[in-house]
Amino acid sequence: MRKLIDWIDARIPLIKVWEEHLAKYYAPKNFNFWYYFGSLAILVLVIQILTGIFLTMHYKPDSKLAFASVEYIMRDVPWGWLIRYMHVTGASLFFVAVYLHMFRAFLYGSHRQPRELVWLIGMVIYVALMAEGFTGYLLPWGNMSYWGAQVIISLFDAVPWVGPPVAEWIRGDFVVSDATLNRFFSFHVIAVPLVLVGLVYLHIVALHKVGSNNPDGIEIKRHKDKNGVPLDGIPFHPYYSVKDMVGVTVFMMVFVAIMFFAPELGGWFLEHDNFVPANSLQTPPEIKPLWYFTPYYSILRANTVNFFWISAKLWGVFFMGLSIVLFFFLPWLDRSPVKSIRYRGWMYKTALTIFVISFIILGYVGVKPPEGIYKTLAQICTILYFAFFFLMPWYTKYDRTKPEPDRVT
Amino acid sequence: MKRLCLAILLYTASTTASAAGLPAGVKQPHLEIDLSDKESLQRGARTFINYCLSCHSAAYMRYNRMAKDLGIDEESLRDNLLFVTDKVGDVMKAAMPAEDAKLWFGTAPPDLTVVARSRGPEWLYLYMTGFYREGSRWNNIVFPNVAMPHVLYEWQGEQRAVFETMEDGSKQFDHFEVVRPGSMKKEEYDAAIRELVNFLVYMGEPARLVRYRIGVYVLIFLGIFLIFTYLLKREYWKQLH
Repeated sequence: MRKLIDWIDARIPLIKVWEEHLAKYYAPKNFNFWYYFGSLAILVLVIQILTGIFLTMHYKPDSKLAFASVEYIMRDVPWGWLIRYMHVTGASLFFVAVYLHMFRAFLYGSHRQPRELVWLIGMVIYVALMAEGFTGYLLPWGNMSYWGAQVIISLFDAVPWVGPPVAEWIRGDFVVSDATLNRFFSFHVIAVPLVLVGLVYLHIVALHKVGSNNPDGIEIKRHKDKNGVPLDGIPFHPYYSVKDMVGVTVFMMVFVAIMFFAPELGGWFLEHDNFVPANSLQTPPEIKPLWYFTPYYSILRANTVNFFWISAKLWGVFFMGLSIVLFFFLPWLDRSPVKSIRYRGWMYKTALTIFVISFIILGYVGVKPPEGIYKTLAQICTILYFAFFFLMPWYTKYDRTKPEPDRVT
Repeated sequence: MKRLCLAILLYTASTTASAAGLPAGVKQPHLEIDLSDKESLQRGARTFINYCLSCHSAAYMRYNRMAKDLGIDEESLRDNLLFVTDKVGDVMKAAMPAEDAKLWFGTAPPDLTVVARSRGPEWLYLYMTGFYREGSRWNNIVFPNVAMPHVLYEWQGEQRAVFETMEDGSKQFDHFEVVRPGSMKKEEYDAAIRELVNFLVYMGEPARLVRYRIGVYVLIFLGIFLIFTYLLKREYWKQLH
């Protein structure tokens, strides 16, 4: 065994990689609940790829066969229903894990210097994941798949001059059709996953270069022993690998509870209207995206006024784009001298609370018709959403912070 | 924290982003979906195949799969339930060609394999009990001006809808009034429809028959696994002070 490892290690840097990223990667010893979701996101990525491989074996990317092939998987393929539900539940829980993983950065300032690139790569992963979710949602070729894609792609039409040709280029047709289904299949099963895996690799490499942040938001590398090991650091393996196993088990319990007992999750994970085959002549009563896009969908629909000679629809598209782009600037919008919420003052805590509540309300009203109280709520929360980002340089700067400790607590 | 997340998750699941709402005055029925009652499912299947399958298809469902799941042997399947085909492995096609149906009803009757998943069992129950006579034609309380006639009117008889005029002048459904009784008593018809809906729920997702049971075993396994992963973690972390 030893000989074999030596033989391999002389040819590829096996032991070096093992040590750098696991056995001698020193992570802060005070990780809490919020630090599970990075490894959980990787777990779900693996689940999605494996189940996806098996689904691809039986699925037919053809507008005449797609819907039937999904039902074929659900009935005639041995354990096909399980694989499909795993993929469906995994898709939603991927976003749950990623949203909580991102929220961790808001709590402890993980995006701040020197981890800006970790954050930026992570944001690109998030956008790629949205593309993956969006293209995948068309594939069952249900009526909501069809009309959801139709509505979202036609947003490009609002952009003057370049919009309509771009929309046509994405669809490969004047409406969502077989051509669209085929290219979305291609994006979903190979193009985007390839990019995702590459980006996840970069995300981890970048993280391991600068080292992990922690709930205190201080750098453990400031205090090292004579061997250069951070005093508050512990090797990722075995300490965090065994700890993450506990997290993985609990997460899998939630996962299988949904998958076996409520795979539709009351219409939030699998929509009722998507059990009707795509029909270009019949619009569903309410076109709505899946829950992980609904906050942005609310922002898209929030503005109903034409101003500065630009139509309300185009403003909506602009605001929706902006609401995602703003995340990228977070490391530079935050001017606080401390990173962790533990040492920040009331201003940041209030702002973050309002932001989270707005985001959840935006997500909820995104599945409701844009009228009455829902419209007003969406408009108020859209303003609060943007205020969180645009006012950040001020409220973080003037906030009364507490002194950071020297060592992790 | 984890419990809180789960609670939120389950709460959102219960306040569902649900299927279309009901017209005013129509009450949400309470349905007991019981897929362990094989005889009820068999009776539902018989109603479905004898009546619904004349015009509608269930093109993703195979006869022999249904027979296996509901405990029907091949002989009685052939004798009692195969009308359109003689191959037990066939999917359930409609007796009537789709083009003819379109010509006669003005619209092709939709496939019913997964209708319980798109419409929901409550809606299906209200639909099948909600046909009423309006002049010379049939109407339906949850699907106004539906093209489908009341296929089971011999069972249910004829009823008429009584509407109440509200203060703002709009009309709201109040109750049904029997015009001509059918061959079944009200309770018998009600039970037949409940069994039909029960079958439709099964057909929408045959995996429902097994997934709850498997789910319990998987959760028990993970629960035991959790004890070991936790003890392993505690053992390692003891070495840190």
